[in-house]
Amino acid sequence: MEKMLEVKNLNFSFHTYGGIVKAVRGVTFDVNEGEVIGIVGESGCGKSVTAQCLIRLNPEPPGFFDEGSIKYKGKEISKMSDKEMRKIRGVEIGFIFQDPMTSLNPTMKVGKQIEEIFIQRKLYNKKELKDKALEILKMVGISDGERRYNQYPHELSGGMKQRVMIAIALVGNPGIIIADEPTTSLDVTIEAQILDLLKDLQKKLKTSIVLITHDLGVIAKMCDRVLVMYGGKIVERGMVDDIFYNTKHPYTSGLLCSIASLETEKDEELQPIEGTPPDLFSPPPGCPFAARCEYAMEVCYKIMPPEYEITEEHQTMCWLQHENSLDIKLPCKKVIKGEVF
Amino acid sequence: MNTEKEPLVQVKKLSKYFQISKKETLKAVEDVSFDIYKGETVGLVGESGCGKSTTGRCLVKLYEPTKGNVLYKGKDIFDSKKNSEKLEYCKNTQMIFQNPYSSLNPRMTVKDVVGEGIRLHEKISEKNLDEKIEDLLKTVGLNRDHMSRFSHEFSGGQRQRIGIARALSVNPEFIVCDEPISALDVSIQAQVLNMLKKLQKERGLTYLFIAHDLSVVKYISDKVIVMYLGTIVEQANAVDLYKNPMHPYTKALLSAIPEADPKIAKSKQRIMLKGEIPSPINPKECCRFVERCTYAKPICHEAIPKLKTYDDNHKVACHLF
Repeated sequence: MEKMLEVKNLNFSFHTYGGIVKAVRGVTFDVNEGEVIGIVGESGCGKSVTAQCLIRLNPEPPGFFDEGSIKYKGKEISKMSDKEMRKIRGVEIGFIFQDPMTSLNPTMKVGKQIEEIFIQRKLYNKKELKDKALEILKMVGISDGERRYNQYPHELSGGMKQRVMIAIALVGNPGIIIADEPTTSLDVTIEAQILDLLKDLQKKLKTSIVLITHDLGVIAKMCDRVLVMYGGKIVERGMVDDIFYNTKHPYTSGLLCSIASLETEKDEELQPIEGTPPDLFSPPPGCPFAARCEYAMEVCYKIMPPEYEITEEHQTMCWLQHENSLDIKLPCKKVIKGEVF
Repeated sequence: MNTEKEPLVQVKKLSKYFQISKKETLKAVEDVSFDIYKGETVGLVGESGCGKSTTGRCLVKLYEPTKGNVLYKGKDIFDSKKNSEKLEYCKNTQMIFQNPYSSLNPRMTVKDVVGEGIRLHEKISEKNLDEKIEDLLKTVGLNRDHMSRFSHEFSGGQRQRIGIARALSVNPEFIVCDEPISALDVSIQAQVLNMLKKLQKERGLTYLFIAHDLSVVKYISDKVIVMYLGTIVEQANAVDLYKNPMHPYTKALLSAIPEADPKIAKSKQRIMLKGEIPSPINPKECCRFVERCTYAKPICHEAIPKLKTYDDNHKVACHLF
C-alpha cells in the first residue's frame, strides 16, 4: 500500500495574548491509500488544528509550525508557499468542513462554488465545467441537479448543504479527503444518510479519508484505523477493533465507559472522567491525562510516557505498559457474540 | 412509579403556532397531550424542528400556547390572574437550558445568577443567602470561591452546573431540562447526567428531559415521547419503546443511532429514511410523516392519525395499526 500522507513529529502552536498555546505536540501518523483513518478527541485536544495543518488552513500568524514535517506523496507541505498550496488544496486534498451552514459562500450559486477550483486551472470551457458540476451533484445524491445548480445555499436544507460540501471536496478528484466533524450539526437520520454516502463514495473512488470527530459511534461505523488525541498528543492508536475491544489507554477506556449506550441499564451508574482537560498554555511535563487518570502513578505527573507497542498496529502512550508497572485490565467494550439486530 | 393517581403536570391538546406572515403559519406544536407523574423522568425526543423545545418552553410559561391547556396539580397555569399564584408556579417549575454559554448573564456573578430567584421568592438576609448559595454550589460540585466569579471564567461543564444550581435555587418540584448535555464534551456529559440522576433521587424531582440523543434518553427516562414535526408519534414506557418500537419513524430513528461498537455498527441493519423533514409552515392535513414513510397507504395522505393506546400504555399515532 502506498503512503499518501506522512506526518512526522508535527508541532503547531499559536501566539496569543496569554502566551503561546501548544495546540499540537509531536503528532506522527501516516495515511495509506484508500483507508479511512479517524481522529477522535474532545474539544480543544488539537484534532481540528492537526487536520487544518494538513492543508495549511490555520492562520499563520498567529499560528506557526514549531517543528515536524507533513509530506503529501513525498512533497513537503509545511514549507510550501501560498501559491504552491493553492495547487494542493481541493485538487490533491479535499476538505469537508464542520458546519455546512456557515462554510458555503452565501452569495454564490451552488454550481459556481463547485466549479470554483477549476477556474484557476483553465482546463475546461464553460459547458464542460457545468457538466462536471452536474455529474458530481448526481453522485452525492442530489436529484434535480439542473435546478440545484442555480440555487443559493440558503435555499437548501442542512443535509443538502453538507452534500454540496462533499461535492466540492470530491470534484477535483483528490487523493485524500479531510472531513472535520462532517455530521456534528446534522440530525441523526440525516447523519446516517451522509455517513453512508461518504462510505460508498470512498469505496467507489478509493480515496483516503481523514475523519475527525468526537463521536465514537461515527468512528465505529466508518474507520479502519483510529488515533485518539488528548491534550495535543496522540495517546493511543490502533485498528478500530483494538481501540474498542482491547483498549490500552485509560483515556480511551474512560471515553468508552462514559457514554450511555443502548445497552446501559437504567440503574447502572455512568463512569464519568472527573476533572477537565489540561491547560495548553502550560501543558504538564508528564502525561497530559495524569490529572484525571484513576490509575495515575508518580511517574505519570513528571515524565512523558513513551509510545509502547502492543502489536505492530496498536500503540499506546501510557506508563501502565511499562514492565515494572502493575498489570491492570482496563475496561473496554465487550465483544457481543451471536446475533446482532 | 405511578403511585399517585393525579399527574403532576397535564398537557392537554397543546398547540403553539407562530405567525410568520399573513398567509403563513408555522405550526411548531400541534395537538400534543401527555401527563407527567411525580418523581418520574419523561424523555422528549425528536429531530431539530420537531417542536420539542417549544413544548418545553410552553410548560415553563416562556411561551403562551395558541390552543390547549397545561395543568399543574390540576390548575391551569395560564389561567392564574393573581401575582402570588404566578410566582408560586414559577417557584415550582424551573428550566435548565441547552446552551450554557448563552443562558448565563455575562454581567452577573455566580452569586447573582443563583441568588436572583431566591431573593425574589423570599426575604432573606445577605448572610443566609450566602450560606444557601454555598450549599447549592456544593450540591452541584462547585465551591464557595466560585461565588464572586463571572460566567466566562468557567468551562462549559461548570457553566452547566451553575445553570443547574440556578434551577435548584428555589426548590422546584418539576424541572424542564432542554438538551442539558448536548453542548458538552463526551467525558463531561456523564458527570452532568449522573448529577441529575442523583439530585432526582435526593430531592424527588420530576424531569421533562428534552434531547435528540436516543441513547441518553433511554438511560435517564421512565417514559419516552417521540415527536415529529409538531406532533407526538409514539409514547411509551422507555423499555417498551426501545424493545418494541411501533411507529415507522421511531423504528428509523432507533436504527440510525450511531453505536460506539464497531461490530454492531458495521453489521446493523439500518432503515434509511428518504429525504428530510418537511417544513412546518402550513403543513398539509394528513400524517406529517407520510412523505418519508415507506409503508404509506392512501389513507395516510388524507387524514391525521390519532394517538391511540395499545397494550401497556403504548400510544402510537399511525394509520397502520
